[in-house]
Amino acid sequence: MARVRVQQEDFDVGRELDALARGNNDVGGLASFVGLVRDANDGSNVSGMTLEHYPGMTERALEDICAQADARWKLLGLVVIHRFGSLVPGDRIVLVGVASAHRADAFEACEFIMDFLKTRAPFWKREDTATGSRWVEAKASDDEAAGRWK
Amino acid sequence: MVTLLYFASLRETLGLSTEKVELPMGTSSVSMLVAVLHARGGKWTQALAEGRPWRVAVNQQMADASTPVKAGDEVAFFPPVTGG
Repeated sequence: MARVRVQQEDFDVGRELDALARGNNDVGGLASFVGLVRDANDGSNVSGMTLEHYPGMTERALEDICAQADARWKLLGLVVIHRFGSLVPGDRIVLVGVASAHRADAFEACEFIMDFLKTRAPFWKREDTATGSRWVEAKASDDEAAGRWK
Repeated sequence: MVTLLYFASLRETLGLSTEKVELPMGTSSVSMLVAVLHARGGKWTQALAEGRPWRVAVNQQMADASTPVKAGDEVAFFPPVTGG
């Protein structure tokens, strides 16, 4: 049921969300999260970033996370799109879209998928700053966020 | 043979993105494979040191030190992930 895509190109949020509900009038709500590149992180200006990933495992990890969400909540549609390559501030990085009959399932599944994506999907960010480029460090708060779904 | 992959900062530190390695007799888990890599010394010992926050996947599934490794497997080492 889940559509998972890992791609360099941008995506159209409206079109992706429309596609989740189109032709299915059981869908009562859509929840979504769109992650964007910020222009500052850890006290430095960020002029751009490069996202590296593990082709093959990335798709499998995202599909596995979607399957877990699907088993846990009553969902009618799922889309996860994550970009890689060079991005600049304001660019979209990730979309999670969830369709369900009632809002609680969509809201919770959307948050769950993002929390697990942050800690399980093999992507790594390298930021460009005025003093050079640096790998972004993983945050303990992301592990804590994923841990609360046990 | 196993295929080893290295990503992100670990790839840069080791100066290598992939290699094929013959598993020595009796090497049957991630921790034993790491011991083989440690034996190379220098940056290998440091980059994959205990207590360093590296992660490992076997055949594209998240794994840990106790995960079995056999000939033909794909084993990837990388830092904690930072996507999203």
